[in-house]
Amino acid sequence: MIVLDGLCKSYDRGITHSVRDVSLTVPTGALCVLLGGSGSGKTTTLKMINRLIEPTSGRIEIDGTGVQSLDSVELRRGIGYVLQGVGLFPHMTVAENVSVVPRLLGWGQARTAARVDEMLTLVRLPTAEYRDRYPRQLSGGQQQRVGFARALAAGPRVMLLDEPFGALDPVTRDELRDDFLAIHRRLNLTAVMVTHDMTEALLSADRIAVMNSGRLVRLGTPRELLTDPGDPFVATLVATPKRHAERLDALWTRPIEGGTP
Amino acid sequence: MNENLQELLTNLPAYLGGHVLLSTTALLAAVAVSLPLGVAVSRRPKLAEYALASAGAIQTVPSLALLALMMLLLGGTIGFWPAFFALLLYSILPVLSNTVVALRGVDPALIEAARGLGMSARQVLWRVELPLAAPVILGGVRTAAVMAVGTATLATPVGGVSLGNYIFAGFATLNHTSTLFGCAAAAVLAVALDQLVRLFEVAIRRRSRSLACAACAALVVLVAGALYEPISRWFGGSSRAVVASAAFNEQYILSHAMSEYLEKAGFRPERRQGMGYGVQHLALQRGEVDCMVAYTGDVWTLLMKRQDTVDRETTLNEVSRFIEGEFGAVCLGPLGFENRFAIAVTQQRATDSGVKTIADLADFTRTKLRRPLKIGADTGFFHQKEWRRLKDTYRLRDEDVLAVAMDPTLMYGAVSEGKVDAIVAFSSDGRIKERELVLLCDSAQVFPPYDAILLVSRDAARRPGFVEALRPLVGAIKQDRMQEANRRVDVEKQSPATVARWLLSARSNSLAP
Repeated sequence: MIVLDGLCKSYDRGITHSVRDVSLTVPTGALCVLLGGSGSGKTTTLKMINRLIEPTSGRIEIDGTGVQSLDSVELRRGIGYVLQGVGLFPHMTVAENVSVVPRLLGWGQARTAARVDEMLTLVRLPTAEYRDRYPRQLSGGQQQRVGFARALAAGPRVMLLDEPFGALDPVTRDELRDDFLAIHRRLNLTAVMVTHDMTEALLSADRIAVMNSGRLVRLGTPRELLTDPGDPFVATLVATPKRHAERLDALWTRPIEGGTP
Repeated sequence: MNENLQELLTNLPAYLGGHVLLSTTALLAAVAVSLPLGVAVSRRPKLAEYALASAGAIQTVPSLALLALMMLLLGGTIGFWPAFFALLLYSILPVLSNTVVALRGVDPALIEAARGLGMSARQVLWRVELPLAAPVILGGVRTAAVMAVGTATLATPVGGVSLGNYIFAGFATLNHTSTLFGCAAAAVLAVALDQLVRLFEVAIRRRSRSLACAACAALVVLVAGALYEPISRWFGGSSRAVVASAAFNEQYILSHAMSEYLEKAGFRPERRQGMGYGVQHLALQRGEVDCMVAYTGDVWTLLMKRQDTVDRETTLNEVSRFIEGEFGAVCLGPLGFENRFAIAVTQQRATDSGVKTIADLADFTRTKLRRPLKIGADTGFFHQKEWRRLKDTYRLRDEDVLAVAMDPTLMYGAVSEGKVDAIVAFSSDGRIKERELVLLCDSAQVFPPYDAILLVSRDAARRPGFVEALRPLVGAIKQDRMQEANRRVDVEKQSPATVARWLLSARSNSLAP
C-alpha cells in the first residue's frame, strides 16, 4: 500500500507550488493512474515516491514505512521504474539492461541469467533471439517490453510508470498495455502510472487521480469518473472519450445508416 | 651501409626509447589528471569554464617556451622532468575538454533512468556516463597522443632524450638525413600511438575483452621497450658512458674520438647529440652526461660571466679552477687547439696590402680602401659585445665598416670570392685552409681565447679507468689537425666517425691507447 499524505513541492520556497497538498492512498495490488496535462504536477508526484525529487513537505509511506527514513538508493532498487520514452542503456545488450538491478543487488551470475530469461519470457520476447541484441536493434514496442522486464527483474512489489506507452503507435500501445495489465494482476503489483491520456487511464486504472495545477482535483474509479465527474475540469476530460465511444458504438450498431447520408 | 645512416640507427634505441617514455608517461599522467578533473567540473558549468580557460591558456604558450619555463620552475632541472611536465600540461586541454563535452552530452533521461533504478552517483558515473562518454573522451586522448609525440621532440634542447636529438642535430649541421630520419620516426610513432588509442576505443565500443587486453599488452610492450634505456642505465651503470656533443661538426668528430677511447677502455659510449649548448654544461654538472668538449671562451663569458679578456694561459688556468671548484666537474686539460673568433682575409689581400694583424686591416681600411670594409659573420656575432669591442679597440668608426650577416657555412666562400673583404671566422674551421685564408693576429686581445678543453662529470671521474681512458686526448689535437678534420667533414662530406678515426690514427705515435 502506498500512502501520500499532504505532499507539497515548491521550487521557490513556497511562493509557487508544482504539487500542493496531495493526499492519496493506493491499496496493495491496485493500479492508480495520475492523470493531468503538462505542468499539472503528476510526474513530480510520481518522482517523489522514489525520491528522485524530494518533497518540500508531506509524507509518503510504502507498506507502512516512511520513504524518508530509507536510503534513497536502497529504496529505488526495491521499486520498479519504467520511464517515459524508453530509457534503455544504449551501450548494454537487452540481457544486460534487464540485469541492471539484480547486479546492483549483488545477485550471482547464474541467478541473474535465469531471472533475465524469466523476465524476457514474461514480456513475450523470445530469449534466445533478443538477449544479445542492443536497444537500437529493437522496435519501439520491443524496447518498452525490455523496459518492463528491467523494472520487474528484481521482483519489486511496487511499480512506478512514467508515461510508459507514450511513444508507441496505437496498435502496439494497446497490445503492450494489455500485456502489462495481465502481468500487473498476476504479480499483484501496487502500481502508480502517470499519463495525460484519459482513454488510457479509463482502460487501465483501478483508481484515477486527476491533477490540475499541482492539486488533486478528483479521485475515483473509472466508472465513478464517467458517471459523476464532479468537477468541470474532469467533466471536459471525460467528455472526449465518452463522445468517441458513443460515435464508435453508433457506427457499430447502425452500419447501414452510417453508409448513406 | 652508409656510415651516416649507421650512426643514426645506433642512436635509435636510446632516442626512440626516450621519446616513447616521455610521450606515453606524459599522456597517461594527463589522462589521470584530466579525467577526474573533467568529471568533477562537468556538472559545475562555472568551474568547467575556469578549468577549460586555464588549460587553453597553457596551450597558447609556445611549446619551446613552456619547456624552458618548466626548467626554470623546477629549479634548473634538465632532461626528463621539465619535458614531462610541459607535455603533461599540453595534453590536459584536449582530454579535459573532450571529457567535459562528452559527459555533458549524455542524455539526461538515461541518467535519470539509472538513478531511478537505484544506482548511486558513483555507479551512474561508472556504469552509464563514462561508458557512453568514452568514444568522445578517447577522441581527446588521441589528439593529445599525437600532440605529445610531436611536442616531445622539443625535449632535446632542455636535455631530454628524444627523436628531437636527430632533428636538432640535423638542423644545426645541415645533415638533412638526420632531420628527416627524426621527423619520420616521430611521425611513425605518432601514428602508432594514435592507432593504439583507437584500439582501446574499438575495444570499448565493441566491449571486447580480448581487444582491450591486446591494447593493454601493446601499451605495456611500448612502455617496457621505452624503459629499456633507463633500466640498462641502472644495470649497465658502470660501463655506460654518455658523451655529449653540441650541434656542430667539430663536436661530432670529437665525441666520436672520445667514444673511441672509452670503448677501447671497456666502456659503452653513447653519444647524446643536439642538446642546447648551455644545457649541455648543466647536464655535465648534474652528471646526466659523463664527458664533453667545451671551450674556455664559452665558460669564461657564459658561465663565469667575465667581461675582460686575458691571455690564453691565464684564461685556461682560471677556467679549470672554476670548473673544478664552483662548477663541480673535472677539467682534464686542453686538447691542443683553439676554436675562437678570428678575422680572416684572403691570402692575396694579406700579401698585396701587407696586412698581418687586425690593426693592419683597420689601418688599411682608414687610409687606402676609400669605402667601408665589408665584414661577413654569423648573424649572432653582430649582436655580441665582441663586435662593439672590435670596432672600439681597433678604432674603426661605424661608417668604416659594413656588417654583412650570413650563414657561417657560406661565409668562407663569400670572402674568397670577394663578396666581402673579411669574415669573422671560427679558427678551427677546415674551410680556412681550403679557401686559402689567413687569420689576422688579434694583438689587442679583443676576442677571448677559446681553447678546447675536455670536461668530465664528477661521478664519471670517480669511475675507475674513465679519466685514464680519455687522458691521451689531452694536448693531442693540434690546430692544423683539427682544421683538416673539420675540412674533411665540412667540405669532403666524410662522416664524423671516419674522420675521428683518421684524427686519432694520424697521431698514432702519441695517441695509441
